[in-house]
Amino acid sequence: MLKRTPLYQAHLNLGAKMVPFAGWEMPVSYPAGIIAEHNAVRNSVGIFDIGHMGLIKIEGEEALALIQKAATNDASVLSVNQCQYSILCNEKGGTIDDILVYRLPMSYLIVCNASNTEKVLAWFKKQAGAFSPATASLYDNYCMLSVQGPKALNLVSSVLSAPLSDLKHNHTLWWRDIILSRTGYTGEDGIEMIVAKKEAAGIWDAVIKQGVQPCGLGARDTLRLEAGLPLYGHEYDEATTPLEAGYAWAVKFDKGDFIGREALFKEKAEGLRKKLVGLIPEGRAIPRETNKVVDRKGLSAGVITSGTFSPTLKRPIALAYLEGTGEGVNIEIRGNLVPAKIVAKTFYKR
Amino acid sequence: MSEPFPVDLKYSKEHEWVKVDGKTALVGITHHAQDQLGDVVYVELPPVGKEIKAMEEFGVVESVKSVSSLFCPVSGKVVEANSALNNSPQLVNDDPYGKGWIIKVEMGNPADTNALLSAADYKKLVEAK
Repeated sequence: MLKRTPLYQAHLNLGAKMVPFAGWEMPVSYPAGIIAEHNAVRNSVGIFDIGHMGLIKIEGEEALALIQKAATNDASVLSVNQCQYSILCNEKGGTIDDILVYRLPMSYLIVCNASNTEKVLAWFKKQAGAFSPATASLYDNYCMLSVQGPKALNLVSSVLSAPLSDLKHNHTLWWRDIILSRTGYTGEDGIEMIVAKKEAAGIWDAVIKQGVQPCGLGARDTLRLEAGLPLYGHEYDEATTPLEAGYAWAVKFDKGDFIGREALFKEKAEGLRKKLVGLIPEGRAIPRETNKVVDRKGLSAGVITSGTFSPTLKRPIALAYLEGTGEGVNIEIRGNLVPAKIVAKTFYKR
Repeated sequence: MSEPFPVDLKYSKEHEWVKVDGKTALVGITHHAQDQLGDVVYVELPPVGKEIKAMEEFGVVESVKSVSSLFCPVSGKVVEANSALNNSPQLVNDDPYGKGWIIKVEMGNPADTNALLSAADYKKLVEAK
């Protein structure tokens, strides 16, 4: 049985195509279509139901110590109402999940990928034994909405009468029992809201009434890919390290011990086995996940982790792990070798 | 929106349509198919002159999210491919039975069309889902 967010009926009313995703029944697109939804976020504003994301509360006197041990970034620098990107690694440095860590006044809140919620909760609970008192539990009565795009701040300010103009990136504002966070997963400015489940539909409807484009998982994927943002299960898995994914800045070796530190330190010293890059192929055929990448001599060079049509660049783009370096490679698409240029993985910067 | 099930066409269970004109057949994908795919961003066309067997894959259509094979409901030789789709693949969405046609086939066996569905039967198939 698939889970549904509080906005399920709202999606049906808007004519959304619903699909199973990470155990949830979620909108993949609305009648406007993925490209129109994508462009609304790049040029104006769009709203996403991200109620499938996992919310885990870490509480107790030793909550910070637990997070410092489990995650790679340094959470001790967070002030109240601030958040940071971080990664949970196993002992080998492989990625259990990539997360956001929020420091709230009395606790910490972890936002993790929907597909990993149970695994991340179990991982924190397992580590918590050594940090008494520190507990991890699902933040069950809340869910998330995301409003993204150059007009997102103005829109949310006006709908909620919230004073957002001074809110910095990776900071939050508590407003009428809603946590407003200046974060996102689209490469645009925006606000993610953590709201009580019973309030979610009212806020969604108020935003939609302003003419804001509802956006589904399809546009969420094209937007994050253009921005070069990794997605767990594609660019991250338990055999891939945050260094390989290009997130060395979120791995703080000098903060003290954390799980995976030794393995990551060794990999850093010895050199990376593979590296995430952007690829721009010639022509219009789209590289897809698992397509092989070969070098110009025909030798195996890596594999595509995500590929799509970029609505902004109006051409195919892809992310791939490559074992070597060079100027160009070929991608095997349906038996054809398609030449591709290696580029920085941020295809789009606002 | 165009008429979803034009009565002058024949349909395959794989959601292609065929418009017969003497010995030639125009082939495309149905309104329902393009709606399910979403924004079409690439159509891989076969070379003119290629011989195709009935229900053999002759190309692919890619939407933002997915890749789908194109099957030719009739056997024959490709005499024309819609080159307008190279620069404007969205014609498949905008006008699936008109400017979004995909290939023109010189039929090897016009009786192939007898196995295809009428508009009414195809409509039943789509609505049964």
